[in-house]
Amino acid sequence: MNGGADISISSMLVSSLLVMVSLFFTYFQKLNLEKEIIIGVIRAVVQLVVVGYLLNYIFGLKSPIFTTFLLSFMIFNASYNAAKRNKGAKNGLLISFISIALGASITISILVFSGIIKYEAYQIIPIGGMIISNSMVALGLCFKQMNSAFKDKREEVQTKLSLGADILPSSIDIIRDSIKTGMMPTIDSTKTLGIVSLPGMMTGLILAGTSPVSAIKYQIIVTFMLLSTTAICSFIACYMCYRNFFNKRKQLI
Amino acid sequence: MSLLSLENITYINDNKIILKDISLNINSGDFISIVGASGSGKSTFLKLCAHLISPTEGNMIYRNKSYVEYSPIDWRKSIGYCFQNPCLFGDTVIENLNFPYLIRNIMMDSSRVTKLLSLFKLKKSYLNEKVKNLSGGEKQRIALIRSILFKPKILLLDEVTSALDVDNTLIVENVIKALNREGITILWITHNPEQSKKYSNKIIVMENGQIMSLEVLK
Repeated sequence: MNGGADISISSMLVSSLLVMVSLFFTYFQKLNLEKEIIIGVIRAVVQLVVVGYLLNYIFGLKSPIFTTFLLSFMIFNASYNAAKRNKGAKNGLLISFISIALGASITISILVFSGIIKYEAYQIIPIGGMIISNSMVALGLCFKQMNSAFKDKREEVQTKLSLGADILPSSIDIIRDSIKTGMMPTIDSTKTLGIVSLPGMMTGLILAGTSPVSAIKYQIIVTFMLLSTTAICSFIACYMCYRNFFNKRKQLI
Repeated sequence: MSLLSLENITYINDNKIILKDISLNINSGDFISIVGASGSGKSTFLKLCAHLISPTEGNMIYRNKSYVEYSPIDWRKSIGYCFQNPCLFGDTVIENLNFPYLIRNIMMDSSRVTKLLSLFKLKKSYLNEKVKNLSGGEKQRIALIRSILFKPKILLLDEVTSALDVDNTLIVENVIKALNREGITILWITHNPEQSKKYSNKIIVMENGQIMSLEVLK
């Protein structure tokens, strides 16, 4: 492997021998995972080849409208997945969509207007992907935490309501805990960057031949944007979602 | 004129009738004991009066207005409710006693808090006590103080002395009696027949979600 040079087909074929290593261990330990591994590898290769050619085509299209459409599609899919963690709640999909869309839009706007990236598919799509997938994970955690907290802290909420508190002061601790839960994985990974792991994007840039010093600049920006998006979308989603746990007479459902 | 009237109240939850056709007039200054076996609907009845749940059928009239005409917040600020298991939140006692002031956007009235603490035989130093270090009796007394800081018109008490020792029970009973003398209407659930006869002017017996009898004592 030499810097950012293309990997040859023969090198790819040799690397496929690594799959044989996992197949060998599976067979040797009678784990019965051979079929799973083979199907997994074939799917990964086919999916990545399709995505590779698709991205090649998309990056060639220099249409901001198409880029926006693609971003919206990604946000919708992420919202759909995040909303699954919020089963039973009213407007789960809408809340997820609004919070991810706002979080991603604000962060991308700052990056574009500050001149760090251009609003072109080859930059927006990968960066949008990182932001949106991170938001999806954060929202899933927020919703899960909020659902369980409203069950566990039912008496506390009822007590605050009985004292004459509105639904926001009655739920504020739950809202804060949920936002915190959504943000913690991003904050934790921020703290350990470069010590525990070299993030995927930075590794990719280094493998593609970019100098590590340049690669860290990108990584620092990515870290900032992930922190910002996670905070924005967790905040919006939790503040929109807590109302679902009360009826019109401000009673806990 | 009744302070609070319940008119043909039925409450159904998960297709189960919890309260059935309850009608009751509560007058200002009443001290009403509610007795009955577990599952007879006593706690649900108090939750309804506190407007933590709404009736499925029927109406509640408080000071000549239906409950639907009230903001739920105003209703609850006027009718205090103390749970059987006191729930203290946050880290310290002061956070709990400051909460009713916080939601009204006013500064805590230290003299009022200190006066109530001494009424419940608690020192001022309790304000900085950690909630986790309090005994059951202390928690219940703090929860009671929290409910009466703003002198509710009606005080709903759900077996507040059931987990207390004799001394703590006496302290709480004396304060409740004094509050009633000051004009606060009391509705309390108790399993202690002696307690109910000693302080109440009315005793309600509940069974299967219905009021079986209403005894007027004095």
